[in-house]
Amino acid sequence: MAYSFPEEMLEHVFSFIQTEKDRNAVSLVCKSWYSIERWCRRKVFVGNCYAVSPQIVIRRFPEVRSVCLKGKPHFADFNLVPEGWGAYVQPWIAAMAEAYPSLEELRLKRMVVTDENLEMVSRAFRNFKVLVLSSCEGFTTDGLAAIAGNCRNLRELDLRECEVDDHRGNWLNNFPDNFTSLVSLNLACLDGEINFPALERLVGRCPNLKTLRLNHAVPLEKLPNLLSRAPQLVDLGTGAFTADVRPELYSKLATAFAGCKGLKSLSGFWEVASVYLPAVYPVCAGLTSMNLSYASIQSPDLNKLLGQCPNLKRLWVLDYIEDSGLETVAATCKDLQELRVFPSDPYDAEQNVLLTEQGLISVSEGCPKLQSVLYFCRRMSNAALSVVARNRPNLTRFRLCIIEPRTPDYLTIESFDEGFGAIVEHCKDLRRLSLSGLLSDRVFEYIGRHAKRLEMLSVAFAGNSDLGLHHVLSGCKSLRKLEIRDCPFGDKALLANAMKLETMRSLWMSSCSVSLGACKLLGHKMPCLNVEVIDERGPPDSTSDDCHVEKLYVYRTVAGPRLDMPDFVRTMEKDSCLMLRD
Amino acid sequence: MEKQELGLEITELRLGLPTSDVCSKKRGYSELTDENSLSNEEQQQHQQQQHKNLNKAQIVGWPPVRSYRKKINKTGSKGSDCGKMYVKVSKDGAPILRKIDLNTHKGYADLVVQFEELFGCFAVEGGVLRDYSDKSEFVPIYEDKDGDWMLLGDVPWEMFIESCKRLRIMRRTEALELKY
Repeated sequence: MAYSFPEEMLEHVFSFIQTEKDRNAVSLVCKSWYSIERWCRRKVFVGNCYAVSPQIVIRRFPEVRSVCLKGKPHFADFNLVPEGWGAYVQPWIAAMAEAYPSLEELRLKRMVVTDENLEMVSRAFRNFKVLVLSSCEGFTTDGLAAIAGNCRNLRELDLRECEVDDHRGNWLNNFPDNFTSLVSLNLACLDGEINFPALERLVGRCPNLKTLRLNHAVPLEKLPNLLSRAPQLVDLGTGAFTADVRPELYSKLATAFAGCKGLKSLSGFWEVASVYLPAVYPVCAGLTSMNLSYASIQSPDLNKLLGQCPNLKRLWVLDYIEDSGLETVAATCKDLQELRVFPSDPYDAEQNVLLTEQGLISVSEGCPKLQSVLYFCRRMSNAALSVVARNRPNLTRFRLCIIEPRTPDYLTIESFDEGFGAIVEHCKDLRRLSLSGLLSDRVFEYIGRHAKRLEMLSVAFAGNSDLGLHHVLSGCKSLRKLEIRDCPFGDKALLANAMKLETMRSLWMSSCSVSLGACKLLGHKMPCLNVEVIDERGPPDSTSDDCHVEKLYVYRTVAGPRLDMPDFVRTMEKDSCLMLRD
Repeated sequence: MEKQELGLEITELRLGLPTSDVCSKKRGYSELTDENSLSNEEQQQHQQQQHKNLNKAQIVGWPPVRSYRKKINKTGSKGSDCGKMYVKVSKDGAPILRKIDLNTHKGYADLVVQFEELFGCFAVEGGVLRDYSDKSEFVPIYEDKDGDWMLLGDVPWEMFIESCKRLRIMRRTEALELKY
């Protein structure tokens, strides 16, 4: 043997290697690199909290400072995962409290978090700095009070779209008077009133505060004072942006905004009185991110506002923007990378805003850097999709939701096979795709053939037969997440591509044509998969093998079947099928 | 309106202060047309739309919009009642429905000004809306809580915004045609 670098040197080199993928690659080089690397890995990302157990993670990586966990599948966002399904953070917190006393960062998405969990976090980790809870539920402001009171070095408290039981207490008061380390505070999802004096004092004594996102209960009158205490803000989420017309409030507001010279991101705008909008004009030129997706502002106010924002990279709006507004965006926002257009009235059968495929075409023509699109609309054409695909081959995320299921191309009355086919053919780096409208098996043929970098696919009310599912599972080399609802996909494609499922993070299928028998077979044949059948209709033993399951969630795991399932979830284990035909 | 024909005005439920004259001053749309309700075709269309709405509401999780977004869009703010009153406005001949927040208006005159902004080329002459683009006259009517179509302007503004479900700017000629 020639030589070897001293461990310290290798560790030092490894410290420059940050991404998960690279770290994993390093650990596979040889045994000693594996061993060195595991001791100096500081960040762990677990994309599915049931894919691995806390004990396994802790055993391999003993010195972790930052953990990110994701729980429920994406369709939980749309109420497709029943209450009580799982994704409890409890066992993770309990294990980490013992094993990782130096833990600094915890990021959770779609998990159930209780006040006890938050209390434990606040006490177990002396140097805790960052708490990001994204789409989580199960806790109240009492839990937040514990975090505020005990985490002396807290930098970030970021609640994104969580369901928090707001006890309207004075939890903000729990931040001690000598607490000054806050950098980021996002309370936008809280429902109740906030103690303003406490908030103002907190904002005033934290000189490094860069992000402040308020909830709708903070009235406009309070904003000027807050802003004047934090002119260094980079990211602001306003509270309610409405009040009676009062010239002195307007000028205070305008002055306060003018003082925030470093503002890059603006959001909030729960309720808007248009007369106050011009107060934000002074900061518009510097904005790179704008979220107006809660604001019922219509043109011309909306157009006027957006016309002042030439440096936007990210824009989220409601469909009040209409095609004309998107034309303004296309002409003004040449750096735009991400556009999301949400429906103002998702359940209205009638078209009442002038947002059509034309808006999407305009933006695809005018914004050369556009890579990420989420677009809700009521009509679309293959021609439009084809134009978009040719204009923007650099798209990496394309999610189109034509609101009425199975809507055809409004010009030709055909399916959208060709339109989405054009998207996957031209956009070779496409990583995420959501389909909608009338679609046959053919679109899946195109996807399987072309979408070689596709990592996540969402499908609803589409396809004719198992062939559709087979095309995707056999063709999409990079597929990690597949979620399907209300499609006629069944046993054949699933069983024929069982091995593929081990290369993916997860597969969700609901209201499809998969039989219980097939699920049992899959669970039996693939021990590295958890095949979970979710069925709220009745006791599982009473269902015959020929019955279609309500919902199926399949994911790879090294932790075996989980033990915290409610009675409507059953894992199909080895030997679960007692009577196998043939 | 059947109620009026049977002389049951006294039993009619309404919101707001009971003023004895109000009921008799309300003009039903039927006074223009002698019809008791919308034409059969319109009724069918209305029902179809209602069915569509119902069906959509029954599809769980579709369209894929997070629940906190639905609440916000409906009331303008999460949970709390901020007093927005969006009603749909359609104009005969215009392909797209618009929406108006009745609470942002102080009275009928104000409302008509917004009709002009939304649908263009309007003027009010002698209490009647005239569209200069095609020189036809329009009659604004609204559907009240009982499902009846009433002429705009007969009841006090506060009472109107309580009971108005939707608005329609109808061609007067169409109204007259239905009569015969």
